Amino acid sequence: MVPVNYYIALSAILFIIGAMGVLVRRNALIIFMSVELMLNAANVALVAFSSANNSLDGQIFVFFIMTVAAAEVAVGLALIVAIFRSKNSINVDEINMLKG
Amino acid sequence: MNLTQADFYTLLPVMVLTVWAVALLLVDLFIPKERKGWTAFLAVAGLALTIGFSLSQIGQESSGFFEMVVLDGFSTFVNILLLVSGLMGISLAYSYLKRMGIERGEYYSLMLFSIAGMMLMAQASDLIVVFLALELLSIPLYVLAAFAHPQHDSGEAGIKYFLLGAFSGGFVVYGIALVFGATQSTALAGIAAAALAGTANIPLMLAGSALILVGFSFKVAAVPFHMWTPDVYQGAPTPVTAFMAAGAKIAGFAALMRVFSTAFPSLAVDLAPVLAVLAALTMIVGNVVAVSQTNIKRMLAYSSIAHAGYILMAFVAFGNPAVSATAIAAGIFYLVAYALTNFGSWSIVIALEKEDGKGLELEDYAGLGKSNPLMAAAMTIFMLSLTGIPPTLGLVGKFYLFSAVIAADMYWLAIVGVLTSLISAFYYLRVVVIMYMKDGEPKTLSEPWLNLTWIAMAAITVILGFMPASLFNWASQAIMKLF
Repeated sequence: MVPVNYYIALSAILFIIGAMGVLVRRNALIIFMSVELMLNAANVALVAFSSANNSLDGQIFVFFIMTVAAAEVAVGLALIVAIFRSKNSINVDEINMLKG
Repeated sequence: MNLTQADFYTLLPVMVLTVWAVALLLVDLFIPKERKGWTAFLAVAGLALTIGFSLSQIGQESSGFFEMVVLDGFSTFVNILLLVSGLMGISLAYSYLKRMGIERGEYYSLMLFSIAGMMLMAQASDLIVVFLALELLSIPLYVLAAFAHPQHDSGEAGIKYFLLGAFSGGFVVYGIALVFGATQSTALAGIAAAALAGTANIPLMLAGSALILVGFSFKVAAVPFHMWTPDVYQGAPTPVTAFMAAGAKIAGFAALMRVFSTAFPSLAVDLAPVLAVLAALTMIVGNVVAVSQTNIKRMLAYSSIAHAGYILMAFVAFGNPAVSATAIAAGIFYLVAYALTNFGSWSIVIALEKEDGKGLELEDYAGLGKSNPLMAAAMTIFMLSLTGIPPTLGLVGKFYLFSAVIAADMYWLAIVGVLTSLISAFYYLRVVVIMYMKDGEPKTLSEPWLNLTWIAMAAITVILGFMPASLFNWASQAIMKLF
């Protein structure tokens, strides 16, 4: 059996890739995908811990996270489409009317 | 493993509100476009009903759904505060939406959903519920921030809030995963028990709690996770901003208080200094940057960041059992004071805002003292209360907070708090000076619900400023169960 540490290392790497993606990339869609990667990193960690601890709580939580992520996708894509319609771009550097 | 009536009773207000919001969404379909006032009325009726249920739960304590949610003094107190915030949010929105041509019925249902999420947050006693509540309160707020679509500002506010909100949600989830790995439990009591029994992996738990703290710091707009706040507060429709500034902050702090004081008391030695630095940074950055703002919405946004810093001061004592109860009570007292003053000042901002989005610069307040003395007086009260000058509620709130911090022997933090309050006097009183000393002819809107809001808030701010003891005692009783 693969030790739980390996899974946690994998999930930590995924989480860092996701977080870096949010900070570095400029396309709203890619930023959004990076956020999903962060959520899925947490899912990997939860499932691994759950199986290592012999408790189902973590796996149940994963279902909740997936559901919430789906709800977020619905709202997020709608917002991105609305922005694209009015600005013809989803580059976050060009979404910059508000400043001061 | 059966659900009983007690389970449902624990969560009664949240369930009533959720069902009402779903029904309202359907009913709204049959309300003609020019009669959306009915939807507002129905939403108010739902909130009033829920307040009734919440009031009937005062003094009750129970837990339900296998210890996933609790009902106690703290949750009832916060629930009532949130429901009242919702009422004020609707009274601000009622005429505003019509005037700006964005009167859509979903506004009210989204608001009710968001309040239901906030209330669930105050009742959560399991990290799974904390996360669900966080998303239930956030997702409707993303939509509300972008509600003035197709206005560019509003869409921009929505997408910024969404991207950063989802980002912070990622931190919370990963933090919860690590805490679960460290303690084999997601229940707040179970986490504390595991830490006490020594079965927990402390470094992993510390990392998890730090990530949870980062996620919540985004939600309550604490420095250095505040970048989204000014843009979102400025771009979102003003009633949404007012609701967001009060509601999301109350819920975020309620969750922080519950999670940190119930699940992580064993980590206090490590976390308290971090929280103290976070509080100091938030107060300094919020107040200093607010000085240079010329747009009133942006200025109030930085002011709300600064106030998040003051409330964070309540957490520095959480590892010190002698003072933590009073500190948390001072924290929720400050939340009440902030929410009331906040709604008052935003309602005046709405009264001066024009249909084309003008009327939001500080200069637009010139001459308000002559053209509308009552409104200028109310705005003065709110500005004094936000600064913490007598005779207002804001002073009392700051007094309780600073004394709690001093009781915890954190003198440097109290000094930072006092000094930043001094800085804040500059930009709050500038509004007062502009209103009374400069000439101008500002046009103000007179609309019954709006007038009622700012008059009532101004009156409460002053009256409670003279007799805060009853409210503070209620707040202290409310938090008894947390420890």
